[in-house]
Amino acid sequence: MSNAQHKEHAALANEFNKDATRVGWHDETLWWIRQKRDKAAHHLPEWEQLRNTASAIKDNVLSNLHEYLCSFEEQALRNGVQVHWAADAKEHNEIVLSIVRRHGVNRMVKSKSMLTEECHLNPYLQEHGIEVIDTDLGERIVQLAEEAPSHIVLPCIHKKKEEIGALFHEHLGTPEGNADPQFLTAAAREHLREKFLTCKVAITGVNFSVAETGEFVVCTNEGNADMGAHLSDVHIACMGIEKIIPQRKHLGVFLRLLTRSATGQPITTYSSHFRKPRPGQEMHIILVDNGRSRQLGRDEFRNSLKCIRCGACFNTCPVYRRSGGHSYHTAIAGPIGSILAPNLDMKAYADLPFASTLCGSCSNVCPVKIDIHEQLYKWRQVLVQSGYAPVVKKMGMAGMTFTLSRPALYKIAGKAARWTLGHVPFVVNNKLNPWYHQRELPEVPESSFGEWYAKNRKKKSS
Amino acid sequence: MKVGLFVPCYIDQFYPQVGIATLELLEKQGVEVVYPPKQTCCGQPMANSGFEHLTQGCNELFIRNFYGFDYIVAPSGSCVLHIKEHLHAAKDEAKAADIRNKVYELTEFLTDILQVESLVANFPYKVGLHQSCHGQRGLKLSGMTELVAPSFSKPEQLLKMVSGLELITLNRKDECCGFGGTFCVTEEAVSVRMGQDRIADHITNGADFITAADMSCLMHMEGILRRRKSPVKVKHIAEILNGEAA
Repeated sequence: MSNAQHKEHAALANEFNKDATRVGWHDETLWWIRQKRDKAAHHLPEWEQLRNTASAIKDNVLSNLHEYLCSFEEQALRNGVQVHWAADAKEHNEIVLSIVRRHGVNRMVKSKSMLTEECHLNPYLQEHGIEVIDTDLGERIVQLAEEAPSHIVLPCIHKKKEEIGALFHEHLGTPEGNADPQFLTAAAREHLREKFLTCKVAITGVNFSVAETGEFVVCTNEGNADMGAHLSDVHIACMGIEKIIPQRKHLGVFLRLLTRSATGQPITTYSSHFRKPRPGQEMHIILVDNGRSRQLGRDEFRNSLKCIRCGACFNTCPVYRRSGGHSYHTAIAGPIGSILAPNLDMKAYADLPFASTLCGSCSNVCPVKIDIHEQLYKWRQVLVQSGYAPVVKKMGMAGMTFTLSRPALYKIAGKAARWTLGHVPFVVNNKLNPWYHQRELPEVPESSFGEWYAKNRKKKSS
Repeated sequence: MKVGLFVPCYIDQFYPQVGIATLELLEKQGVEVVYPPKQTCCGQPMANSGFEHLTQGCNELFIRNFYGFDYIVAPSGSCVLHIKEHLHAAKDEAKAADIRNKVYELTEFLTDILQVESLVANFPYKVGLHQSCHGQRGLKLSGMTELVAPSFSKPEQLLKMVSGLELITLNRKDECCGFGGTFCVTEEAVSVRMGQDRIADHITNGADFITAADMSCLMHMEGILRRRKSPVKVKHIAEILNGEAA
């Protein structure tokens, strides 16, 4: 978790923006990925049809979640998989710990899983004397740096290659000053190989699970999930209950959308299906709710559960690109994180739905057509009405509505504002005014349009 | 055809020339235009801040001012989108629904309703078109780079009728400028950075002027341009289409 939990998005974004060059680099890096996504999408004439289909399948899933989950459990049990249900993060973490303890190990490997980040599994296991080695390269990098991932698909996208070189020099003993990505990747591979070979327990996430067969699919580009799962005696897969899809054939829709949306690749390098433990292996699957049922019950926000965690909304978001993932102070940052987080804790994440211009680009790239920017707007209403608006804002808004619903008062206020700007501009042109800090205020016209109209078009006015 | 002219509050107070250009442009097309003098604001600043429940007074006032026109036209995609999506009134819901269907942003009114095919206007400059998000993604005034769909642009269609005007190509065709209503002060750092990046795109590609169908985006970018003493200026699309000189 970010060590800056108590600051709000605007303050954290302000800190990020103190290094203007880095902001430019961060923006360009992610924009490049957005362009790769566009190119991949435009290669498929049926792209919008795919999005519609994926969205409709997920609608069906959300309306029949109970049946699909029960079917999945039945099939998985038949396949010899041990199925666990966790109501929240705490239960999830306890289940993992109990499995690990039963096998008497103090070290395990884990491939990328945003769910375990959401549940803060790593610190929990560490407190209980279990070392977790993240095997996704990006995750391993942020783990060595003792940071949280800043992006759900590209966990260390906020780090430059020179910083990674320095980190590897410190932790893995690579030569000082070497920042060659290929060299560093090889060093990480070497370092992780030893962990893979010696860890008895492996955790993976789940991208999709299939109700009709009880199998689950894990997508990685590095093959690290496979390496962990195949070399271990115990495979624990952690999934949010919304990851379920009805039938295997539906993967044909989702796998085509997932990586094109995420990075612009036609498909992930590894889309691995796990159905039953190999002889002598134990396979566990933990089905986690952690607020998802609550979100399902919120009519206006249930669609957020369609998310397949591709990160396209991050890459396209002009705010995310210029504020960095850590400014969202939650495991899942970006636009989708801003509509998921308030469901977990309205007070702690009341700032996130306001960290947007409501430009709508997120909804346009979303492969499952979540109306993200409309949900941001709706969360603002819910948060204010639930009492999470700052008091100063409340008073300002009340005054504004009072004035704007009274034409005569509006005219006086407008005149006063224009008079102030024209005659005593220092009242507003100062450092206390966030507009004026880096922008000039508009030049003051002689009269308002209303005044001009009254003077020039009097005969025509109704 | 009787059109109610809806002039957004910040245009009324700070950019009256945009209201005048809109009025004249519509009159030149032979439209009878009436400006209801008791209008104030659409209520969007409150609603986008999470206070939609306080906009009832604004909504009722808007309905009193604008019910009964054949069309309602405003030189702002953002304010029009707000009315289209959020104008409701417990007592007058039928009237509110009628207005929601009759409110148009200026450029879409010119291309779709009046079906304008030519304009008497000359603007011999390099112009960058800023696609304001609410007009583009909300009202669908233009195609969007995210979607796999045919490309079109109602504002561009009109700018191409202006003689001498050279439309420049931007590196990022439809990225937000960062104004975002109250976002521009609550998230000042990101807002300004977004504005700076947008302006840089126009400047790199040789713009003399930045235009848009929304004055709020232009006000934000103008603030940054003037602070930097840039020679690049902003001009609302209504002023250019109305044939005004630079």
